[in-house]
Amino acid sequence: MELCSFLTLDSFITDPLTHGFMRKALLMSSLVAAVCGFLSSYLTLKGWALMGDAVSHSVMPGVVVAYALGLPFSLGAFIFGVGSVALIGFIKQKSRVKEDTVIGLVFTGFFALGIVLVSKIKSNIDLHSILFGSPLGISLSDVKQTIFISLLVVILLSIFRKDLMLYCFDPRHAKTVGINVFFLHYLLLTCLSLAAVVGLQSVGIILVVAMLITPGATAYLLTDKFDNMTVISVLSAIISSLIGIYVSFWFDLETGGSIVLAQTFIFLFAFLFAPRYGIFKLKKLFAGYK
Amino acid sequence: METINYQNFRVEAENICVDYNGKVALYDANLRLQPGQICGLVGMNGAGKTTFFNALTGFVNISKGKIRINGESVRSAQKDQTIAYVPQNEGIDSQFPISVWDVVMMGRYGSMNIFRCPRESDVQAVKDAIDRVDLTDHLSTPIGNLSGGQRKRTFLARAIAQRASILLLDEPFSGVDIRTEKLISQLFIQFKNEGKTILLSTHDMIHVREFCDLVLLINKTVVAYGETSEVFTPENITTTFGGISPDFLFGPES
Repeated sequence: MELCSFLTLDSFITDPLTHGFMRKALLMSSLVAAVCGFLSSYLTLKGWALMGDAVSHSVMPGVVVAYALGLPFSLGAFIFGVGSVALIGFIKQKSRVKEDTVIGLVFTGFFALGIVLVSKIKSNIDLHSILFGSPLGISLSDVKQTIFISLLVVILLSIFRKDLMLYCFDPRHAKTVGINVFFLHYLLLTCLSLAAVVGLQSVGIILVVAMLITPGATAYLLTDKFDNMTVISVLSAIISSLIGIYVSFWFDLETGGSIVLAQTFIFLFAFLFAPRYGIFKLKKLFAGYK
Repeated sequence: METINYQNFRVEAENICVDYNGKVALYDANLRLQPGQICGLVGMNGAGKTTFFNALTGFVNISKGKIRINGESVRSAQKDQTIAYVPQNEGIDSQFPISVWDVVMMGRYGSMNIFRCPRESDVQAVKDAIDRVDLTDHLSTPIGNLSGGQRKRTFLARAIAQRASILLLDEPFSGVDIRTEKLISQLFIQFKNEGKTILLSTHDMIHVREFCDLVLLINKTVVAYGETSEVFTPENITTTFGGISPDFLFGPES
């Protein structure tokens, strides 16, 4: 670590940029954060946090199998992500077990399968990078995949932005006016699986759910307008990624964990000081001094 | 449209059954409504009122029977924006970050293009609808900051903006202030004169007598159905509410 250059803010920001891998990590993580942040507002409003957790863990065996077969790992992850949701729906319908229990047992089952597969297949799969992410060691083919998937999700969400908002708010009305609710449900699930796939490169499977819920939760505390919520969610996700990567570079910390921790701190800040919904209601505090 | 049998009826449900994973919620239910009729849907909690609404809007599938809206299927009624549903206040997430304007605009989504870009006519329809429910001062208010009555009026405005000819209202009078109650009553008279058909569920017997032409008493199936003056008797009400007398439920009649 170059401790002497640490003294100025300028070099704190610019020094890491001289490294190619850092520029790539910053760019890719920002992109991933933007995608997850965009989706995050829908997931938090729909109440799908647990579903996000389930999907992101369930992609594990998909990633391992795809690596072993030499396929793009996003393909395997996608199949297992959507498959887990289908299985959750099936078991819930055919048994008397409650939904949260079914979600818990299905995703842990998939996740365990993934871990067992890794120990059996070995080859060149790096368990650590799957579990905890490796934005600093992202390969060129991964970069292409990530850009492609990210653009796809952003385009889909942008086109169906308003319909998805209606679906989260009042699915019954959507159905009554002839909007295809079934399609929107699976569209949101598909985007969730795809976002989990790109998100796991940044922060890993275990923490990817944070990318999918924390920015949305933060934004929810800061605004009463849906469009603003999406913008705030995306921005807070990107800022957290940048902070996380810089901090992990200078202090030699786990990158994925640092990114998520940055998100958590931003959430805590909103939780305490949000103008209307924070514990200390910043607006009122300032009003008191006038 | 050619089927002469159905032409006179705006809503026709024939022996419909709904079950959720084998649990019967509604069976052998019938209903026939004409333009300009107001029908009260009365029953206990869990008697199948909301299920009946869900079947008519197509939100749940019926396992038996037939539903015709203007002589056509529920699917085509959805496409034509024929039915509007006004939910119970408890049925919506009041903390959702959305304004009065946005909610009412949702009434227009079904007739917009895929990006849901409002045209001039949509904007006008939303303005008029909000004006009719007297919420013009609250266009950009988040629904979380509204009173129960104002929120109810917002969803009523959404139904007006949709220009539906059939309105389904789930407990339109529960948890509202006097002003809203009066306004809704006035709107019902206007809707009736415009030839709209209204089906509303309610717990309040006075409202049924006040402006329901017809009443449908249900308890998983139809207990009684017909003109309010004939059907809305203490005996029928007692049967509907599982043997509890109407005096006990609503106080002695004057």
